[in-house]
Amino acid sequence: MAKIVAGVFTSHVPAIGAALDNGKTAEPYWQRVFGGYEKSKEWIAKVKPDVCIVVFNDHATAFSVDIVPTFALGCAEEFIPADEGWGPRPVPVVKGHPELAAHIAQSVILDEFDLTIVNKMEVDHGLTVPLSLMFGQPDEWPCKIIPLAVNVVLFPPPTGNRCYNLGKAIRKAVESYPEDLRVAIFGTGGMSHQISGQRAGLINSEFDKAFLDALATDPGKAVGIKHVEYMREAGAEGIEMVMWLVARGALDEEVNEVYRFYTVPASNTAVGHLILENKVA
Amino acid sequence: MEKPKKEYDDIPGTTIFDADQSRKGYGINMFCMSLLKAENRAAFKANEVEYLKPYKLTPEQTESVLKRQWIRMLELGGNIYFTSKLGATDGLSFQQVAAMMTGATQQEYADMMLAGGRSVEGNRRKSEWEHKNG
Repeated sequence: MAKIVAGVFTSHVPAIGAALDNGKTAEPYWQRVFGGYEKSKEWIAKVKPDVCIVVFNDHATAFSVDIVPTFALGCAEEFIPADEGWGPRPVPVVKGHPELAAHIAQSVILDEFDLTIVNKMEVDHGLTVPLSLMFGQPDEWPCKIIPLAVNVVLFPPPTGNRCYNLGKAIRKAVESYPEDLRVAIFGTGGMSHQISGQRAGLINSEFDKAFLDALATDPGKAVGIKHVEYMREAGAEGIEMVMWLVARGALDEEVNEVYRFYTVPASNTAVGHLILENKVA
Repeated sequence: MEKPKKEYDDIPGTTIFDADQSRKGYGINMFCMSLLKAENRAAFKANEVEYLKPYKLTPEQTESVLKRQWIRMLELGGNIYFTSKLGATDGLSFQQVAAMMTGATQQEYADMMLAGGRSVEGNRRKSEWEHKNG
């Protein structure tokens, strides 16, 4: 049977991708960021997931304001890295796992989570930056990827509680898939940041660190955070953190914290990163 | 009937992109979306006024785009992930557009971020900004 072995949580700042793609990783500013992922790369090379479910948000790339799905599961064979206005990132095409994705879609829809199914989707930095941080710059990504896009652009996003419970339903779906697959789930976005308006540049390390603590030891506390609190305390775009709760919901209540990293800033954003493993992996 | 106040209305210096804003800003956002294609970026740069016409922007929205009034675009229904594509067309990064919105120079903004960013203290509610501005 398939099983979820771990959760990876990370910011997905576009400037991180640009720094990597333009060969700036050795600069002190960026070394501070990339240095924080060296252990993570070693860890994931050992864990070798067969599939990663990546919970991310599209930033007006695949979805305009014509159609805004709250949860959209990528069921395609592959997903092409998008041109977000600066040209496409030079990263490998993202290979999907259509069979497992279709199984998850069916299972969670019957569990009353009405996902949108996407059979064609270009993927932006929200998805590819976390892959770059965890896997570096390979010729091909070392595992299959199932993208789960969450709307956090048009207010309101789904609640933290809804995200958490969707995570639980995804776990149930994965665990009822007959093939022996090791699955990791990524929660991406955040942490505190605001890139719009006169208040742009807002960072709240205290909030972020409390969120990381809650995720590791007391997820219920993070689940209860209201949208207005994210926006007021962690910046208008800090609300992306609800996506971490999907990944957290797919893990055990009690987990082992494998690794944690936090630094300010990458461009406009606080970079947070956490790896949690289920105790019986 | 007057619409009820929104609980996020009192966050200072912030326009939340909700359904009301999205309805107002459909044209701005779809125009910005078109800039994902390199040929459209070139066509826009060649004749901005002409390029905007099919998007049926209001005169205020058109002016905000042509004058690159980044905050006004958001107030008139634009969303930052869309308007940043206009920034990209101008060769600007997210951080450069953000700095412009705050009124700081690029250097001041970058320095603020390196020093840990804008503190949430004094920046939670509009009343705190009114107090600050006398």
